[in-house]
Amino acid sequence: MTVSIIKRGLYALSLARWRLPFDASAHGPALDHHLLLNLWIILGLAALAHLILLVGLAARRHPEATSWRVEYLPLTALAVLFAFLTIRAERLWAAERYTGADPAALQVQVVGEQFAWYFRYPGTDAIFGVTKPQLIDAGAGNSLGLDPHDSHGVDDIVTSELVLPANREVDLRLNALDVIHGFSVPEMRLKQNAVPGMTIHVHFTPKMPGTYAILCTQVCGLGHYRMNANLRVLLPEQFASWLAEKEKAVQR
Amino acid sequence: MIRTGRRYLFTTDHRIIGIQYLVLALTSVTIGTLLSLLMRIHLVWPDRVVPFHGPILPEDYLALVTIHGTIMLFFVLTTAPQSGFGNLILPGQIGSRRMAFPVANAVGFWLTAAALLLLLGSTFVQGGSAISGWTAYPPLSAVASAGPGQGAGMDLWLASIAVFCIASTIGAINTLVTIIKLRCEGMTWERLPLTVWGWFTAALLSVIAFSVLLAALLLLFCDRHAGTSFFVPTGDLINGAIHAAGHVGNGSPLLWLHLFWFFGHPEVYIAILPGLGLTSMLLANFSHRRVFAYRTMIATTLLIGFLGILLWGHHMFVAGLNPFAASAFAVSTMAIALPASAKVLSWLATVWRSRPRYTTPMLFSLGFVSLFITGGLTGPVLAQPILDEYLHNTFFVVAHFHLIMAMAAIFGLFAATYYWFPLMTGRMMSETLGRLHFWTTLAGAYATFLPMHLTGLMGEPRHYAQLTGASNAAGHLLAGTLPLNRFITWSAVFLASAQLLFFANLIFTLFRGKTAPPNPWMATTLEWHPALHPKATMAASEEVIVVYRQPCEYQSTAAGELFLPQWSTDEIPDIKPE
Amino acid sequence: MPSTITPISTEPKPRHHVDDHDNGSGRRPPTDKRTGGGGDNDNWGDRSRGNHGPRERLIRYRMGIFFALASDLMFFVAIVSSFFVSQSTGHFNAYNAYVNEWSPTVIPPILWLNTVVLILSSITMEAARRRMFHEVDVMDEWLGLGRPITRRAIPWVAATVVLGTIFLVGQWIAWTQLAMQHVFFLSNPSSHFFYLITGVHGIHLVLGIIGLIAALTGLYVSRSLETRQIMVDCVSWYWHSMGIFWLFLFTLLVFFQ
Repeated sequence: MTVSIIKRGLYALSLARWRLPFDASAHGPALDHHLLLNLWIILGLAALAHLILLVGLAARRHPEATSWRVEYLPLTALAVLFAFLTIRAERLWAAERYTGADPAALQVQVVGEQFAWYFRYPGTDAIFGVTKPQLIDAGAGNSLGLDPHDSHGVDDIVTSELVLPANREVDLRLNALDVIHGFSVPEMRLKQNAVPGMTIHVHFTPKMPGTYAILCTQVCGLGHYRMNANLRVLLPEQFASWLAEKEKAVQR
Repeated sequence: MIRTGRRYLFTTDHRIIGIQYLVLALTSVTIGTLLSLLMRIHLVWPDRVVPFHGPILPEDYLALVTIHGTIMLFFVLTTAPQSGFGNLILPGQIGSRRMAFPVANAVGFWLTAAALLLLLGSTFVQGGSAISGWTAYPPLSAVASAGPGQGAGMDLWLASIAVFCIASTIGAINTLVTIIKLRCEGMTWERLPLTVWGWFTAALLSVIAFSVLLAALLLLFCDRHAGTSFFVPTGDLINGAIHAAGHVGNGSPLLWLHLFWFFGHPEVYIAILPGLGLTSMLLANFSHRRVFAYRTMIATTLLIGFLGILLWGHHMFVAGLNPFAASAFAVSTMAIALPASAKVLSWLATVWRSRPRYTTPMLFSLGFVSLFITGGLTGPVLAQPILDEYLHNTFFVVAHFHLIMAMAAIFGLFAATYYWFPLMTGRMMSETLGRLHFWTTLAGAYATFLPMHLTGLMGEPRHYAQLTGASNAAGHLLAGTLPLNRFITWSAVFLASAQLLFFANLIFTLFRGKTAPPNPWMATTLEWHPALHPKATMAASEEVIVVYRQPCEYQSTAAGELFLPQWSTDEIPDIKPE
Repeated sequence: MPSTITPISTEPKPRHHVDDHDNGSGRRPPTDKRTGGGGDNDNWGDRSRGNHGPRERLIRYRMGIFFALASDLMFFVAIVSSFFVSQSTGHFNAYNAYVNEWSPTVIPPILWLNTVVLILSSITMEAARRRMFHEVDVMDEWLGLGRPITRRAIPWVAATVVLGTIFLVGQWIAWTQLAMQHVFFLSNPSSHFFYLITGVHGIHLVLGIIGLIAALTGLYVSRSLETRQIMVDCVSWYWHSMGIFWLFLFTLLVFFQ
């Protein structure tokens, strides 16, 4: 029994079963590269520090070190290292977050509520309709509270899976209806909390077609663990036909 | 019996109060560990049924998470190092025979005990305990209908933490005035042991931080019961009811995050600072060396305290914070890596080529160094917003803070217990059991928390009650982490079981432990002064305590290892170790 | 380069005080009261407990009050920051326009009177405090020749209690005046803060009045002059701080809405 546990443990730890999730976004590779750089650096530093500790404990007794070099030289080196990592990280962060999305980006609204994600496309008029929380009635098919009197909302498409075209930037506007939810797509290296009362924009460009996981990463209640959705990235032609089909369905 | 009861109820003796705090912390850590085992077992075997309770429902899981976090952070990591060992040892280390305000000290303890009872009581009310985590983000924590346990359970959580804030502030004020005003003759600021500097800085942080939490709790209470909307935005729809009907206005959940984390970040430094100081002192003691770069260590302690107030935003990088603000917080968070690294370098230099004595306290201090290095190095990774965007609220963060708080700080507490046990009870804890405890705990700690980095990198989020059951892409991602999670759970069980060795050691020593000589560790710090020993004679309580030098004066001579305690009048170190 | 930038030893060089030497003028060298006047470079701080000088206990309690007030200041700072945040956040209204519905609460004019009353109460408090430390009377009372200190301080402490109570009554009147205008706690965000800020400050003042009454009782009952001095002194520091906090909060409510 113990042997099988150990065997299973070792198997679990074997690196073949661990990897970062598939990287499907445009900014992902740079992020992964920086992440792996960081991880290798801290692995190296941890190993080095432990090595120094063990060597120091094992070596023969010697009068205490007095030179300032022991303290301040490594500290300066670490400061330079951390500064380098911070600057590199800042460049990536600025590229992704400081500026808004391209005006030609696809607009999609993401709404999180206990315990599901809804996605809304603006439809042919490219304008989102007005929503009111008072009008929310999931049973009647109006999960977001679209105002029937608003002409812009008539053509809005509401789905429970996020479908996006590959290689086109998308500007997500995150909303939450009730509590704070965390919108996270690991395979797109994207995460942003959806805060009720705020509309938060994030933009990214999916690159590889496929089906990816959307998870909630901010504890939102008892259904937090099953608040997930699918992100489907389609080739542009496939997306266009999907969208056309949805628009037709809405008009009916 | 009544006299003994009354004695413990109304005592203002700092030693007894310190032990009371430690007993409270020990109880809390036992409860917290059992809760975490339940969490881990449920995560990998969701269908297991708990005897006398039934299956663990998702809200039960979140309640476990909430109480586990709250108990561990507040009632273990804030009480034991600061109030427990602080009360026990601080007066000794500065040469005083009492704390500055003994009655306030006792009041602080009983308030803490009341807070613990309130927290544990929240499990038994209608709806169960709160499910919003120890961070209690609104609107989940502000609206009773947002989840089970968010009614009375959340109110009790609020009350418990509010009482705890007051108790902690009282304790911190006591610590500060004691250190500033009650030092004995000759005990200048530069001769203070680093442990005292740690307590001092932690107390300064407590005074500043806990009031902000109290203010936040007051505002949350108003949102919950007085119909205000400090944190609940207009038009908030929870469970079918629009909650803004009575809540006119501009509620912002982000306001809570700012207030809470302004407290929350200094809180974790309060938990670790005494341990940082203690580790320096213990490494020096058992390596028979001075602490390397003593003044720098004092400066880094204060610097960590000061910087710790400036970086709360790194918990909010993806929470809706302005990206420019995120960059500012990233810089300040990276900056704090430097004094922390300076401390690590000092520890490494102190033990370098020193052939230390491997007593149990020394082993735990070395373990502290190791865990602090491993846990601390993932800090700079999380400090970069672009990386935090991927890693926020995944198990990578859980690994980071557990290695540093749950393991390094706890190792500091174990080191302190083994080290100061002779002063607490006059007996020495068993070295054999202690060493076994150390090695099993170290192995268990790494086995449990290192793989969490991997599951976090795979994308596993925090607070998930279950990883199975979904069949879509999300389900595949989560299910992929299960093998590692099973390994983690087994390691956690192993780690928790290893602590039985500690309890065995405690009980064995209390009944059959060998009596300790007056200064068994050849320590130079003042708490080991013969006149301050618990078994010292009555006449000794009149003795004037004077300090003549800095701590950690050790010398290797041909005659052997000699040491010069702070209180000794000898110029030449011819005091032989006992 | 020195061989060590970080000296191993932490022993400081002996400090030289100004009045080390007689500078030849023949006049009495200046004595530093902090070092006990002995002129021997004695430093109270380095002495053992009980030998820290004439005001050892008092300084300890004052320091405790100081840190408690620092903590309390952070409490008020948190509430005031929330005030500013609330003032400048908005929300999306029904037309998806981002609006800020902050409607400032006009303070009832009685608050000006209350502020004057509180300042007066600080003056009476300070009068009481200074009488506790009047040296000639301290010497008399300490020697047991009557109780001039207590006799002289009691009316001033009582006056502070009265003025403090008048302030609280005035605050209550302000609340009822607002209620008559239908501005309640729940009316809008600025009224939340108005009631919260004045309420929290009022509770602190109630605690202060309890402290004052305790000090008054101590003046009658306590047998140690030092204890009486400490009680009045600590309460007075607390009272003055509450007054200063009120001045800031009042300015906030009047000018910053």
